[in-house]
This record gives sequence, C-alpha cells and structure tokens, in this order.
Amino acid sequence: MTRIVRVASGQGFWGDWLEAPRRQVEGGPVDYLMLDYLAEVTMSILQKQKERDPNMGYARDFVGAMESVLPAVIARGVRVIANAGGVNPPACAAAIRAAAGKAGAAGKLHVGVVTGDDLLPRLDQLMADGHALAHMETGTPLASVRDRVLSANAYIGSTPIVEALRRGANVVVTGRSTDTALTMAPLRFEFGWGDTDWNRLAAGIIAGHIIECGAQCSGGNCLHDWRSIPDLANVGYPIVEGHEDGTFVVTKHPGTGGRIDVPSVSEQLVYEMGDPHSYITPDVIADFSSIRLEQAGENRVRVFGIQGRAPTDKLKVSIAYRDGYKAVGSLVYVWPDALEKAELADRVLRERLDRLGLRFDHILTEFVGASATHGRLAGDAGRNAPEVQFRIGVRGQDRAAVERFTREIVPLVLNGPPSVTGFAAGRPKVEEIVAYWPALIDKTVVQTAVEIL
Amino acid sequence: MRVRLLDLAHARSGDKGDTANVGVIALKPEWYPLLVEDLTADRVAGHFRGLITGGVERFELPNLHALNFLLHGALDGGGTLSLKTDAQGKVYSTALLRLVFDVPDARAAALRLPSADG
Repeated sequence: MTRIVRVASGQGFWGDWLEAPRRQVEGGPVDYLMLDYLAEVTMSILQKQKERDPNMGYARDFVGAMESVLPAVIARGVRVIANAGGVNPPACAAAIRAAAGKAGAAGKLHVGVVTGDDLLPRLDQLMADGHALAHMETGTPLASVRDRVLSANAYIGSTPIVEALRRGANVVVTGRSTDTALTMAPLRFEFGWGDTDWNRLAAGIIAGHIIECGAQCSGGNCLHDWRSIPDLANVGYPIVEGHEDGTFVVTKHPGTGGRIDVPSVSEQLVYEMGDPHSYITPDVIADFSSIRLEQAGENRVRVFGIQGRAPTDKLKVSIAYRDGYKAVGSLVYVWPDALEKAELADRVLRERLDRLGLRFDHILTEFVGASATHGRLAGDAGRNAPEVQFRIGVRGQDRAAVERFTREIVPLVLNGPPSVTGFAAGRPKVEEIVAYWPALIDKTVVQTAVEIL
Repeated sequence: MRVRLLDLAHARSGDKGDTANVGVIALKPEWYPLLVEDLTADRVAGHFRGLITGGVERFELPNLHALNFLLHGALDGGGTLSLKTDAQGKVYSTALLRLVFDVPDARAAALRLPSADG
C-alpha cells in the first residue's frame, strides 16, 4: 500500500461557503487544508484597507476559518495552507495567533509567513531599472498608468511554502501565491519531489487546478446531467489523495452531497483554460492534453499520465490601477409588452442623458429575461416574457457624470413607460473601477522570504 | 439531420481578461470526432458574430474528448471594467450549446445522434 497524502479544498474564493473548512477537517481524514482567497483584483481592495489601517490588508474571513478548524489543527495535526495574507501576511499571521491565544492554544500554532511577492514599494526602482511591466495583451508600458497604480504583486510558486512546511509550520500564510501552488506544495514537500521533476510537479499543479474552485469539481455549477446531482445542500468539497508517483484521486468525504465523476472533473479542467498545452506557472509548465481520467469507484476519479516541462524565466505580475467610475441600475417592466416598454424606457433615458450633455466612455443596455446574456442567440422568446428587467450601465472618467446618471433612472417610474416596478433599492451606487493590468517580470528580481512565527 | 450541440456535449466557460473561454466536452467519446470536424473556430466565430469583438481560437483535447475555444473581446473589457450581467463569461457555455448543425443522415444514424427536431 503506497502512502497517500490528502489535501482538502476548503475555500474556492473569498466569499465561498463559510461551512466548508470545518466540514473538510471534521468529515474524514485529511492531512492538509488548502484555502484560496485571492482573485485578480482582490489585492487592490486589500491594499486600500491597508492604507487606512496598517494592521489590515488580508482576508479577514480566514481568521474565522482558522477558529473553526483549530481543534483539528492542534489535536490531529492537520496543516493549513492559505493565500489569505493578501498584501499583509505578517498582520494576518498575528491575527490568527491572537485567535489561537484566545482559544487557549497559544504556542501550538507555528505560522509560516511567506513574503516577497509585493512589488509596490519597489515599483519605481524596478521601472527605473528598465522593467517596463508592459500589459500582457496590449503591450503598453506601465508608465502610462503608474500614477494610478494601487497594488502590484508577483505570482509566486510552491518553493517558499515547501520551505515553511520543512521548517515546521502547521499553518502557512502567503500573499499572491498561485492558487495551484497551495495544493502542489504539500505534495512536493511530503513526497520530496525534486525541483526539476517536471511531470510530478505538473501533476501537483493540475491537482490544484481541479480543487482550487472548491465544489466546482464536485457537483457545483455542473451542467452535465445536473438534475441528478444529489443533495447539493450538503455538497462535499473536493479532496486530492496524492501518491508519490504523481498520480492522484479526486474524491470527497462519505455522506456528503454532490458528485465526483469524469464529467464533473472534466468541466473543472476546462474552466478558465487558455492554451491547454502550456499552463504556465512559476514552478512548471503543465500540459493539460496529457491528463488521463478514469472513474475509480463512486465519487472517485483517478488522474494520471500528466506531463510537464521547465517553466519560463518570468513571473506574472498582478497590477491593479484606478480606471474611472461606473454605475449600473435597473427597473422591471411587466406584461403586456414588457420588452417593448423596456426598450422605450431605454430610448427615453438615453435621450435625457444626451440632452444633459453627459458624456461616458461606454453605455450598455441589457434586457434581462429577453437577451442579456445570449444576445440575438436567445431568439424572440423575450417578446412574450411576463417581465423584463431593463438594466443599464455607464462608465467614464468623470465621476460627476456617472453620479448624475444614477439620478435619471428612478424618475422613469413616474415619467416613463407604464407597468414598471422593481425600484425599491433606489438609485444605484457609483463605484470606482479598479482595473487589472497583467504583466511579466524577470524571476531573478523577486526574492521570497519565509519566517516562522 | 439537424442536431443541437446541447444534445451532443456539455460545457463550462470562464474568463481571462476580456477573453471568455468555453470548454466543450462530448457526451459520448464516439461523438468527439464529429465535434472536431464540424465545430471549427470559424463556425463558432460565426455563431457569436455581433456578440464578440475579436477572433476565436480553438484547441483540441482528445484525452478529455473536449475542445477549448477562446472568444476574444467577449466581455465588454472584462473583469471590473465590464458593465455586462455576465462580466465573467460564465454562461457563454450554454450560448455555444445553442448551435445547431447538419449531419448527413447516414452518419447521424451510425452515431445514434439525437435529432434537433425531435
């Protein structure tokens, strides 16, 4: 019997099910709990929080998650790996140490803190040294938006997490680690995979890709035969059972709902996929066309055959910058002729915006219930819809214009087309747009550090 | 015979910047070659004409009986910039599954394809 290392996914994004981490450590045997908190623009939100309070800037949900799994961490030796540190991993570590202290477990947590991904303090020097940080899609140098940059973080890989585990951490807190490294690192650490063991490292990355979105591989958001997926109210989050040879099984705890089968895992494998032959990470390039799947029992899918190759000499950098303002509002028009009334409302509103002389970079109208998501592909069914939501949004650099737009929607209830409702929420909020700027930087300029607290 | 992609495949979609990806997975392995032949990047680009501003790329994953499509310029700028309900491209998947295409009757019968016309 070969040794098995179990890595459980307890959070697919910041805002995911609060019950999941506890259910994962209490529902059966697991060795590691992996929690992914960071999406593309999360770092900028956290940066704003840190500017207001230097003790903030991390995913505060993680403190509650740690409290809920603390008994398992202390009594059963489950280790936790999370990128909850955001732009302030040391503050995050201090917060969970304080929570452990309150629970009478001071001294039982050894928190590994991974830093070095935050490039914001070094940004001007890096640019002066010739790092253009050009936008990966447009090629525009970062200098064009430098004065509006809110955060800049390199995506870092598994190496510092492995080091933290080697030095005895039972909780590892990182900043902008890749989502997949959170799963690959414990497998690499436990099995002693070498740093050029490309096929096994790639397998660890693909294991991470499968479970990084939580229940999205175990029956959640699964289109295949969706009516027959059992007991979603009690859905089981996924667990990877890793083997030394790089093969693994995706499963979930007994007695939980959802379903893990070849179709559910396949749907997650193609999620957010680019070129499947080159899934680039800091550790390895994984080839998704090499993956083999087979059903290995009820709610068990075996994954094998994975190939990888050496990574590039760059790291991706996630940069967020201010890019104007937006607001989106809506009203609901009702039978008879719901869509026709909504279309008239749109013409009336646009004419008023025009007469006010308001200028926007973009105005977008959608008719929810008729064509909002599928456009003309939805056909004519919307003409007979019992109700249609008229949804209109604007964006632009002029905050006052966007603000004025938000005042023009609700008046339509009394001075526009009839049979209208759905305005109870009042006028919409103006939001500052924090846009995403992906770039590349030489690996050699990013040095990570690990501290055990 | 006319067949609906919805009856031949399942799908999931997501985003990367202003690009949506749609992964299409054959419901039966023996239907995958038909998808490879008929569900070309050009055909998908035609299906989404007027809904996306950029081109369409296609990648094959025979191991998963899947095709991956990248729809460029699909998300009104993408991410936080987008004003769309589906800013993250989550339901381009079923929009693609609306596609209907013709298969010669003999081949449709051999593959036991379900007809779009019942």
